[in-house]
Amino acid sequence: MAENLPSPGEQVVIAKPALQSVFKALDSAGYTLIAPVLRNEAIIYDEVSSVDELPIGWTAETGPGHYRLEQRGDESFFGFPAGPSTWKGYLYPSRLKLFSVSKNGGGYQTVPNQDVSPSYAFIGVRACELAAIAIQDRVFIEGPFQDPHYEARREKAFILAVNCTEPGETCFCASMGAGPRCTQAFDLALTELRDAFVIEIGSPLGARMLLDVEWSFAGALELGRADQKITDAENQMGRTLDTSDLPGLLYDNLEHPRWDDVAERCLSCTNCTLVCPTCFCSDMKDISDLTGANTERVRVWDSCFNPDFSYVHGGHLRPNIRARYRQWLTHKLASWIDQFGTSGCVGCGRCITWCPVGIDLTEEIAAIRDEA
Amino acid sequence: MATKQSTLQHIPTISLDPMLPHWAAIAKIQDETPGVATYALEFQDLAFRTAYSFLPGQFNMLYLPGIGEVAISISSDPETPHELLHTIRVAGNVTQAIERLKVGDQIGVRGPYGSAWPVEVARGEDLIFVAGGIGLAPLRPAIYHVIRHRAEYGKITILAGARSPEDMLYHDEFDAWREHDIEVIPTVDRADESWQGRVGVVPMLFYSLRPDPRNTTVFTCGPEIMMRFVAYEAMARRIPTERVFVSLERNMKCAVGFCGHCQYGPTFLCKEGPVLSFAQIEPFYNVEEF
Repeated sequence: MAENLPSPGEQVVIAKPALQSVFKALDSAGYTLIAPVLRNEAIIYDEVSSVDELPIGWTAETGPGHYRLEQRGDESFFGFPAGPSTWKGYLYPSRLKLFSVSKNGGGYQTVPNQDVSPSYAFIGVRACELAAIAIQDRVFIEGPFQDPHYEARREKAFILAVNCTEPGETCFCASMGAGPRCTQAFDLALTELRDAFVIEIGSPLGARMLLDVEWSFAGALELGRADQKITDAENQMGRTLDTSDLPGLLYDNLEHPRWDDVAERCLSCTNCTLVCPTCFCSDMKDISDLTGANTERVRVWDSCFNPDFSYVHGGHLRPNIRARYRQWLTHKLASWIDQFGTSGCVGCGRCITWCPVGIDLTEEIAAIRDEA
Repeated sequence: MATKQSTLQHIPTISLDPMLPHWAAIAKIQDETPGVATYALEFQDLAFRTAYSFLPGQFNMLYLPGIGEVAISISSDPETPHELLHTIRVAGNVTQAIERLKVGDQIGVRGPYGSAWPVEVARGEDLIFVAGGIGLAPLRPAIYHVIRHRAEYGKITILAGARSPEDMLYHDEFDAWREHDIEVIPTVDRADESWQGRVGVVPMLFYSLRPDPRNTTVFTCGPEIMMRFVAYEAMARRIPTERVFVSLERNMKCAVGFCGHCQYGPTFLCKEGPVLSFAQIEPFYNVEEF
């Protein structure tokens, strides 16, 4: 049977309903499937068991500070741009117990968090999101220290990627070199055609999920159509960002008047950092019971837009929104490159869409570039 | 010369999870100046205590359950790591809680973290230590190092500033340091009748020095405004900014580069810092709220 499976690098075609068999195979393999679903008037990621739960026939209209669901008028499974959810919410949960500690005589006893980390199958990971995961890998795994919680979840994760054919109004992954074609590591990558999926095999594990699926090798016609769809997507980006020497541009313009301008608009609400698939800042909190004898140390997401973020004894180092927005954008597009050898932005556009006042970083960069 | 970076890294022998503390008992508490005390810590795990070592200028994260964690520089001799000292000034929640502890109480410790004073690359050179207030604490391990290896260094000068005579940290050690051919020049912002030394801010002490710019390294730790003027005084004497080292302080939560709090432009102060050359930070040092 195994010799009947395609090999990594090969491309096959399956009928759309056959995706359910892939879901079943993942479920049998012990994965918790996380996929796009319709919830609270948005397309978010949540646990699913059936392809029927996918937002089939739906899309979303996006813009600065704007997101509205719309019927597509067709039966597309993945015909929508990225919503507010990110895979980071699963690999790097917004709240995670690190350990608990109890008073033990005159001292303390520490009990590490030894919960078995979940095995996720991520369904519908876009190229920009693959790039974002690779960026967080550099932060949590590839540095001098490793976060064991992220590492365990990441190593177990199965990735069913989707080549993006529906970029939104706020998308600019092509500018960031992050999409729309999936080039980073995945187990399977789909391209959605009208009545079939073209599937690129990324790993032997991915191939095994096709065991109960009727597939055939993709022909020139299907490959041509899939390729055309991705190329079209590349040309339909709602936004562009000129990335030439962004570190130089930002480091040379730390006192640019545009920072005052954006500070007038920015609410410092932290939305952009929460929806960003790469933002990784966190805080640690101690939660004690009423006796004070038992404490849980918990890691929670933090944001450089929180005033307390920069607190040292004596005060906040970035009391003004101007400095906080500058920190965020300069980190994202400039110092991230110094720190991790890659930009911190993948061009997914979430920070533009989910900014309540519609601040658009591509516009801010263009303004700084024009008046630099 | 540009290769003289403070990138000496010393990664601790860590347990699987870098966020887990190691418990240490307070072996001794020594009052220093008002609001400042030095705590001797002894790891409970004998194997960890034996394996533990640190470089001068590195820091530990000190943790009190239910209160929180704080980054504190190690202030003891790196060649006797089992006598682990932290000199702590009461400044926030955690340090206030530490002040209430007694000998025998336990503290969680993670570390050592961060970059070190580049005592090895400064070998053969004249050294000027410039400290402001509690800033002498992170410098003391480097001072102990150069005393132990006195012959390997040229002229050594320590400029130590404090607000008032009673705030002068480690003043009872100054004479012992002087016995090793080290010039120690204390100065205070406000003197009293007992004070025999200089009065004025620390950077002004540079006016009495004649450093050889080709052969002098400066290590400074204190308030940022003080370090800025120390760097300017050094530059005015043509000491290259690559050989002026500062120790910076920012909010630190994780100390391992995960939490993002201690970023200073391209650097994480918990990893590439806290000790950096002035050349590394110069582009950002005058940017307000950076």
